[in-house]
Amino acid sequence: MPLVETLCERLTAREPVAVIGGNTKSFLAGRLTDEPVSMRDHAGIVNYEPTELVLTAKSGTTLHEIESCLRDARQMLPFEPPRLGESSTIGGVMASGLSGPRRMHLGSARDCVLGVRLINGLGQHLKFGGEVMKNVAGYDLSRLSVGAFGTLGVLTEVSVKVLPIPEKEQTQKLECSQAEALEMLIRIGRRPYPVSAASWINQALYIRLSGAASGVESAAAAIGGEVLNAADQFWSELRDMSAQEFKSSDRWLWRISVAPSTPTDALDAFCFDWAGGQRWITAPANDYSPFELASRLGGHAICFDRHRGEGTGMQPLEAGILRLNRRVKQAMDPHGLINRGRLLEEATHANESC
Amino acid sequence: METGQLVAALAAGVQSERVLFREQDTAPYECDGLTMFKAKPKVVVLPETRDEVCHVLKTCKSLGVPVVARGAGTGLSGGALPHADGVLLVMSKFSKILEIDEEARIARVEPGVRNLAISEAVSHLDLYYAPDPSSQIACSIGGNIAENSGGVHCLKYGLTVHNVLSVTIALDDGSIVTVGSDALDSPGYDLLALTIGSEGLLAVVLEITVRLLPKPEEMRVVMAAFDDVTKAGDSVGNIIAAGIIPAGLEMMDGPAVAAVEDFVKAGYPLDAEALLLCEVDGTKAEVADELARVEAILKESGATMLRIASNEEERLLFWKGRKSAFPAVGRISPDYYCMDGTIPRKHLSLVLRRMREMSERYGLRCANVFHAGDGNLHPLILFDANNPAEVKRAEDFGAEILELSVEVGGTITGEHGVGVEKINEMCVQFSSDELTQFHSMKAAFDPTGILNPGKAVPTLSRCAEFGKMHIHHGQMPHPELERF
Repeated sequence: MPLVETLCERLTAREPVAVIGGNTKSFLAGRLTDEPVSMRDHAGIVNYEPTELVLTAKSGTTLHEIESCLRDARQMLPFEPPRLGESSTIGGVMASGLSGPRRMHLGSARDCVLGVRLINGLGQHLKFGGEVMKNVAGYDLSRLSVGAFGTLGVLTEVSVKVLPIPEKEQTQKLECSQAEALEMLIRIGRRPYPVSAASWINQALYIRLSGAASGVESAAAAIGGEVLNAADQFWSELRDMSAQEFKSSDRWLWRISVAPSTPTDALDAFCFDWAGGQRWITAPANDYSPFELASRLGGHAICFDRHRGEGTGMQPLEAGILRLNRRVKQAMDPHGLINRGRLLEEATHANESC
Repeated sequence: METGQLVAALAAGVQSERVLFREQDTAPYECDGLTMFKAKPKVVVLPETRDEVCHVLKTCKSLGVPVVARGAGTGLSGGALPHADGVLLVMSKFSKILEIDEEARIARVEPGVRNLAISEAVSHLDLYYAPDPSSQIACSIGGNIAENSGGVHCLKYGLTVHNVLSVTIALDDGSIVTVGSDALDSPGYDLLALTIGSEGLLAVVLEITVRLLPKPEEMRVVMAAFDDVTKAGDSVGNIIAAGIIPAGLEMMDGPAVAAVEDFVKAGYPLDAEALLLCEVDGTKAEVADELARVEAILKESGATMLRIASNEEERLLFWKGRKSAFPAVGRISPDYYCMDGTIPRKHLSLVLRRMREMSERYGLRCANVFHAGDGNLHPLILFDANNPAEVKRAEDFGAEILELSVEVGGTITGEHGVGVEKINEMCVQFSSDELTQFHSMKAAFDPTGILNPGKAVPTLSRCAEFGKMHIHHGQMPHPELERF
């Protein structure tokens, strides 16, 4: 029986269901309670027409296949999702909601989603959103499902907005402290330069400019610094978290999301991306103080350590938000059957009455 | 519930001069921008503080009274149509810009602030708020949140959902939460995406933090005329295929051009079957480059006339024509009915042809304005509201256009919302399981259903009735609603 029907049947019979894509992000957002089924066999690009700027694929389609298909038409996924392994699928990309360096300029995974098909906790295969840029019919359940780690429904198909690969890209490298980098970015952010990524690591600020050649060149001249060679490799390593700095053996890796203008002395980041909005720190193993730190700064923290055992590693939610999260979970999966153990630990067995 | 009893309960927490219930006081609020639907609210409340909003919500929840929140009342789908037995919560007194942070490039505003007022307030900092619905002079940011409003610059700069960082909302029980934050994302489910575009059915918006963008150094617009609508549509695909995402890309058909030119004198060629406005923005160097490429593509695509606005004044005049399309059409017809379907752009010529056939069949004229870049069509159906038969034909014509949009893979509403207007067509776009899922999401926020009941998502019994209606033509839709 096809995978989708099997999953629908299991859910209709009130059997718990756990799903994964390429299993490259299983270290994030908690361990699954139940034995997972892979969506990898539910694969294939369903519709792609470059001039419509939309691609629709079944959730098990690999990110690799989608990106090479787009590249052939000189297009790209605007949000540069991290490639944490060859087997990474578009379903997993959307379920985790992670975005790469270009997010600051062209939006996140959530911003680029136009529609999804999903199986809800009642085993119903539903479609929300669509394949057009503007669509306000019904609640935005497609964007809601991005970053939900599959807990609101099994994603079976997604439609995403795609964009042309810029005519020219060039990266300026400016050696400076983190604080100086942030100050400079605040100034640059006030100017209409075609900045598509801005990151600081190893005592240097990297600013990527993308667009028409003339615009890139004039902005580069105004910003200064030296032109970075092998810029593609630099941004790929940052995007995929494969740079040496992300591989600490004994300390845990944490992502802190804060307002981009948050002062640099507020946290000891070894790297920032998104012009200051995404900061990377390390902390001793089993030290969960980054949650408190992030919360004090009005942001949130996620633990990215690959060997951590217990808990979801996600920022605990404030009471009012937690209550709404549980109710949303209950609306999509009333019996708490899908992806137990992921994202909202308590939500799966919450019998909420507010 | 007795009006007096409700007024007394409300006045216990809101100053009594801001609780209106006499007919002459409530009459001005009987409709929003969709004047085809009217209903007098039982009570109108104009709160000034969060406590007052929460008092209204708590009171209404305990009494089981519907609450409809309203911003500026410019919406085109009847989303702010009052409930005859309910309270209309008018948020216009929440009109303060609370904070502008130029370093973080954000503004914190109250929901009654006008969309354009945000850009005006930060203009001296060379910043602006990107989403620009045509009603931006009047519409409120709170209403923009409810509808996930778009505008003419969506393709490049996104919708409301892409330009808002957080909203503080009051829930049905009067509790207050903030969804989203000043960071670019937030933990847990994306409640911000869920709230935006929920048409006032999930919560009442109290405060919004919007993202501001640096003003482009330069904006240039090119106008292109075509002797054939298909060629104009193809030229849009050709621009995008060349890797260019213009800031604005708008199309008008012959009847719309004629109406506009007569009204605004924007210099539009009257013999055009289709007119395209394409705006590029960015740094001076970038704009010069892209403009040259756009011009070449338009020529190759068969444009019969090309004109680049020579100065800022002329640029604004070109746009004034487009932005005046609705009132211009209002001058050539006693009434018009504005539709809002979005279609995959490749089906444009098919959809325009089918609409021409419908126009003949229904015996009603139709002018088209079109956000060409993102496929959002605004057919304007011309009719006379004093002629009941024409009204009926206009409605059927509109419904058929929306169903056609769904048929070609699009949606019944791109930016105006479902409201009361397109509620029957929701039955065409969504299955009963999908509609039921929407209802459970509504219940997750508002279990007793006091917030804007009867809008946006139809009940299944309504869809069953609608299905029957389609078999037996001649039955009036929305039998419970007052007509015109």
